[in-house]
Amino acid sequence: MSYDGWILLTASLVGLVCGLVGALLILRRMAMMADAISHSVLLGIVIAYLVTRELSGAHMLLGAAAAGLLTAVLVQWLHARGVQQEASIGIVFTTLFAIGVVLIATQVGNAHLDVQHALMGEITFIPWETTRVPGLGEIPEAVLTLLIVLLVVGGLIAAFYKEWKITSFDPALAAALGIPVAFMHYLFMTMISVTAVAAFDAVGAVMVIAMLITPAAAAYLWTDRLSVMLLLSGLFGVLAAFAGYAAAWVLDTSISGSMAFATGVLFLISFLISPRHGLAARRLRAHAAAGRLKS
Amino acid sequence: MTGLTHNALWVLASMLMLGTAAGLAGCFAYWKRQSLMSDALAHAALPGVVIGFAILGFKSLPVMLLGAAASALLGAWAVTAIRAHSRVKEDTAMGIILSVFFGLGIMLLTMVNRMPGGGQSGLNGFIFGQAAAMVRQDMRTMTAVAAVVLLVVLISFKEWKLYLFDPAFARGIGLSGRLMEAAYLTLLVVIIVIGIQAVGVILMAALLIIPAVSARYWTNAFGTMLALSALFGGGAGVAGTYVSTLGDGWPTGPFIVIAAAGIFLLSLVFGTRKGLFVKAMQRRAQMRRLKPQAVRRDPLAEGEALP
Repeated sequence: MSYDGWILLTASLVGLVCGLVGALLILRRMAMMADAISHSVLLGIVIAYLVTRELSGAHMLLGAAAAGLLTAVLVQWLHARGVQQEASIGIVFTTLFAIGVVLIATQVGNAHLDVQHALMGEITFIPWETTRVPGLGEIPEAVLTLLIVLLVVGGLIAAFYKEWKITSFDPALAAALGIPVAFMHYLFMTMISVTAVAAFDAVGAVMVIAMLITPAAAAYLWTDRLSVMLLLSGLFGVLAAFAGYAAAWVLDTSISGSMAFATGVLFLISFLISPRHGLAARRLRAHAAAGRLKS
Repeated sequence: MTGLTHNALWVLASMLMLGTAAGLAGCFAYWKRQSLMSDALAHAALPGVVIGFAILGFKSLPVMLLGAAASALLGAWAVTAIRAHSRVKEDTAMGIILSVFFGLGIMLLTMVNRMPGGGQSGLNGFIFGQAAAMVRQDMRTMTAVAAVVLLVVLISFKEWKLYLFDPAFARGIGLSGRLMEAAYLTLLVVIIVIGIQAVGVILMAALLIIPAVSARYWTNAFGTMLALSALFGGGAGVAGTYVSTLGDGWPTGPFIVIAAAGIFLLSLVFGTRKGLFVKAMQRRAQMRRLKPQAVRRDPLAEGEALP
């Protein structure tokens, strides 16, 4: 495959996997938790790098999953001790992220991992760092990681679809039915962390939030069915990846930044014209209702 | 490092003022339960900074700050609009604005860095903060604005207290809710905007959130909380900035956040109101008081069947 082909494939995989996780994320009202986890994942990656001195997929995934879980646990712990949920999120992730940045600036600081990379990813380098996979030949390491994460995350969502649905919409009912709500919560946190780190190489720590939240929020405006929302959200993610790549090519600018911005444009369009929950439809319905009342 | 240079003293003094002002504004955000709003606003300021630079073609702090304020306010307005006109919740709306505006900022930043002279603009310093890159004029601006914020809070302390804790009563005695809301948002945006140069857009929110929460561990009185939060913010600003000057090209923001986190940890453990240490002591005292009374055990708590 060509250089641009690999980049587009990577970007699309990021859009797809983030879209799937994101749909559940916003239904579970955890958008800000994702913000926190995607930042603190950096610390996990840096520590994994300092310990093993290499940037390999497996170590990074492990470090990131640990950092993500640590964030979730710390936020919960502080919240249980009387700190507002919002404030405890704000404290935990800024601190972990700051430690990560300081470690990069003082300990790591080399070509493999720098602050710039942490912030906006290095999608243009991805096609060069390949690995050999039996049956597939030489493929970029990031693509392999993303494929594995997509399989695991997609598999988990499909396998426990009913459980995700109930725990997301009615946690009390889920608990009454004997579904392990707390376990599902931490499992989901781990899924977010793993997704965030798989996307990290491509889009960095901040733009992954756009990929996680925005396509899902746009999909949320088009449908009331979870299955449709999951599909749409993944689709919007891929769409934003393509649009962002095209915009970056035309303007000759950052691909990850353009992808994040493209998700925003998609959301704005949905916000305005979605037939179900869009602004225009709402105005029209209100107008029609007012007309009926008058006559 | 013995004998700070004149310039370093100026940097530390302006960071002290900034930290103090951020500590005060952070208390307001804490009681309005909008700690993360400041995070969204700080990220949303980035495109404005870059556009401010791109319009002039050279670095002019007032213009860039004006751009930052405009785009942060646009972000705040967008969060409100999304929440009011769709079924998307506030936290999701904040996440959208934060990340999309930041993405736009990075797009523009990459383009400006390619412009002639853009690479040396020091725009990258706005992401993680670079206090060392500030010139005397910048520090004067920062210090003056922070002083105004301090003054505003001191003069209208009573109004803020009413507005935050009993908004209905505040309206009842003729205090305009909209005016206070606008004043609060302006205050928050002004602090963020003057702070991003030194702390960076990504971590600016920490300077607003952490001192306020730390102060909460020491007191229940709002006035004392403000004073402590200001003290903690100022302390973290100075300590973090000082440490960041010890290394070559170290970013300022992360060190300030780590200093603030240290203060928070101390408060969490030793705070006299809700601190873990005090709570453990109270618990022990209570257990000792209860012991001689030989409390009858509740059979239900032992998991036995009902009689």
